[in-house]
Amino acid sequence: MNSAVANEADVLVIGGGLHGSSSAFFLASRGARVTVLEADYVGRHASGVNAGGVRTLGRPLPEIPLALMSREIWHNIVETIGDDAGFVASGQMKIAESEAELDECRARVALLEAHGFAHEKIIDRASVLELEPALAPHVTGAIWVEQDGYALPYRTTAAFRRAAQAREAVFHEGTPVQRIEQRGERWYAQTPSGTFSAGHLVVTAGAWAGELAQQVGEPVPVYPEGLMLMVTHRVAPFCRSTLGATGRPLSFKQFDNGTVVIGGKLIGIADLPGRHGEVDFARLVRSANTVVDLFPHLRHLGINRAWAGVEALTSDSLPVISPSRRASNLTYSFGYCASGFQLGPGCGKLVSELVLDGVASLPLDAFAIDRFGAVATA
Amino acid sequence: MVAEPVDVAVIGAGPAGLACATRAAQAGLSVVLLDEQETVGGQIYRAIERSDAQRREILGPDYVAGAALAAEFARSGAAYVPNASVWQVTRERSVHYLKDGKVGSFEAKRVVLATGALERPFPIPGWTLPGVLTAGAAQILLKSAGEVPMEPPVLVGCGPLLYLLGWQYVRAGVPIRALVDTTRNDDRWRAKRHLLSALRAWPDLRKGLQLIRTLREAGVPIHEAADDLRIEGAPGEDGTERAHALSFSVRGVPQRIEANVILLHQGVVPNTQFSWSLRAAHRWDDAQLCFTPQTDSWGELDVTGIFVAGDGGGIAGAKAAQAQGEVTALAIIAQLEAIDQATRDRAAGPLLRRLADARRIRPFLDSLYRPRDENRVPQDDVVVCRCEEVSAGEVRRIVALGCEGPNQAKSFGRCGMGPCQGRMCGLTVTELIADARKVPPASVGYYRIRPPIKPLTLGELAGE
Repeated sequence: MNSAVANEADVLVIGGGLHGSSSAFFLASRGARVTVLEADYVGRHASGVNAGGVRTLGRPLPEIPLALMSREIWHNIVETIGDDAGFVASGQMKIAESEAELDECRARVALLEAHGFAHEKIIDRASVLELEPALAPHVTGAIWVEQDGYALPYRTTAAFRRAAQAREAVFHEGTPVQRIEQRGERWYAQTPSGTFSAGHLVVTAGAWAGELAQQVGEPVPVYPEGLMLMVTHRVAPFCRSTLGATGRPLSFKQFDNGTVVIGGKLIGIADLPGRHGEVDFARLVRSANTVVDLFPHLRHLGINRAWAGVEALTSDSLPVISPSRRASNLTYSFGYCASGFQLGPGCGKLVSELVLDGVASLPLDAFAIDRFGAVATA
Repeated sequence: MVAEPVDVAVIGAGPAGLACATRAAQAGLSVVLLDEQETVGGQIYRAIERSDAQRREILGPDYVAGAALAAEFARSGAAYVPNASVWQVTRERSVHYLKDGKVGSFEAKRVVLATGALERPFPIPGWTLPGVLTAGAAQILLKSAGEVPMEPPVLVGCGPLLYLLGWQYVRAGVPIRALVDTTRNDDRWRAKRHLLSALRAWPDLRKGLQLIRTLREAGVPIHEAADDLRIEGAPGEDGTERAHALSFSVRGVPQRIEANVILLHQGVVPNTQFSWSLRAAHRWDDAQLCFTPQTDSWGELDVTGIFVAGDGGGIAGAKAAQAQGEVTALAIIAQLEAIDQATRDRAAGPLLRRLADARRIRPFLDSLYRPRDENRVPQDDVVVCRCEEVSAGEVRRIVALGCEGPNQAKSFGRCGMGPCQGRMCGLTVTELIADARKVPPASVGYYRIRPPIKPLTLGELAGE
């Protein structure tokens, strides 16, 4: 490693997705000198191409305090970053299609209430059809979260980036990090455009973060998946809220411009070295079926495009938001399991607390990097 | 979706696809040729099997040449799937198509993309008004339905197809208001450097000169060296704005021609939607001002088992496409071990010579009919993405915000995200961003093309 390191900063962030850009923004807002290194361009992968769901609904219990805190930021997004990020508080609804499914929803809401969370509510069939009259009449009820909604993913990521830049954060695109190394307390990152150095390192590299954690000697059971989505041609407004289903995978929303985005944890093909997610249309057939079952009038709607974003999934479906257990001055935030978009603003704030205060304002024990026990190294 | 196994799937029934499928089937391979149209012929030989003597007389001998090719294909034993739109080809060589509202698939050992050319976008003020068509679209109407414009059209731009259409209209007795040619003397000087090699393609060259002479003799007003093109609109009978006149200038002198039908053309470019969607390597061709997929000399992409034949790999015309289709077939026949390599090479020799001959005129034509910068990289108020109505000014604005390529332009401002998937605006946006950033088009790149490549509804995908 060359000794003349010109690229000095207080904090080096690896990964210019939403989590990296948001972390950079909150760090820079508190006066830290931040450098972000992005291998492709900002928002190229999961952050820029996800379905844009701003969803507290259906989250695992440990994530709920984080999601509720993040929701506060979403509802003040213009005051925070000077851009509305395309956020619309349209509400999110998880539909039940049978009595058994509705019972499942009731049990879920009861569980949340037992833990003191009241944001998810059961609504009956009549209320569902009142909110969404175009839905097929076989629905039996739903879980409803009024303050959830959707935003535009790439715009959100770009807006956090610009807000961070306005606070002197520096972004280097097309700058993949090949190796990270700590000498003394200081961190060094090797890239084809030179070596960068900072007092503190933050890893927000999504599906590519596992390799960096491995370099530090703390492997994580994280694996990439290509999560598929499709978007239709424009159609007259017929659905305001963002929809999910209980008995089958679905994420469904109509954007302001009339296009409909359809997804729901549909696994395509992830090509990690090729930095590409590939679509497997055979697996999209099921989503198409779900959609035309729920909205028969969409049968003739054209599919404009299908794509896949490369996501990082973990073995327990929770992210890693954690200081390193092996090295000092190193913080991780990755592995959001295809549910990280809503958490982006909130977790950026938590990362800035971990870096600058040494402790976060919410409990993060469930997200510790050493929670997996012994992991076989690849 | 249960996929049918097949040795070779060929997409596109133009000269390259027909020649390739015919040759491969004659060698005993199982071949399927999928095509969007009702009959074979592609764009150049559109509806060749259905055209009567009168239409063949109007369209001329270059069109009639397709009849023999179509007849040989019909006898070859290759399966033919007309009215089939292929909406995805995977790197693993699955070919997904839609026919009569039903989806189907082939699993092919080899895939040949013979998807031909598209007309280059011609983004000038007013190009999106009703009454403005491309010359290619007008010619398809003539070939497939014998339709001609209701009112005398103005033909605008440059390139062989524009003059050929004019010649065909003259033979069909259709009055032409004017030919407004953007070719200038400096283009002719530039092209002269390539004249010597073009002379070896003398019959083609002579034919081109004859086309323009026919127009002159028919009394069609010809305006050369036209620039500052602008299509003016006016309310039509139903009150909506439509094309009403073309204004332009010749050496600084303003001109104006009233016309309700304006046919634009400034050359054709490879249709690269499939090769991009397969993530094949492409290179920027500065002579033809477009991206072409990189292939070996047999047409194989850097995606194993997938080939490009014909104008989809670089514009060279129908004769070259036909030779190339056969060359690609030979490579496939050898790969699938129906012949050995020596036999392949012996058979390919004369075809490769024919291919080289057919390409000799290209540097001359590319140079002579190089579309003007101002007609490719438009001023701010011109719409570049018609689907999402994004103007050149908007693209320049987002470049200033940090957008470095077409894919960020999609995310920033929906440019290229409409139903045409960037087919209409892709090259314009690449060149516009390159111009604004002052970098070569190659370093700006192209849209990532995502399936479905052709329209497909939710109900069709659901298999209903």
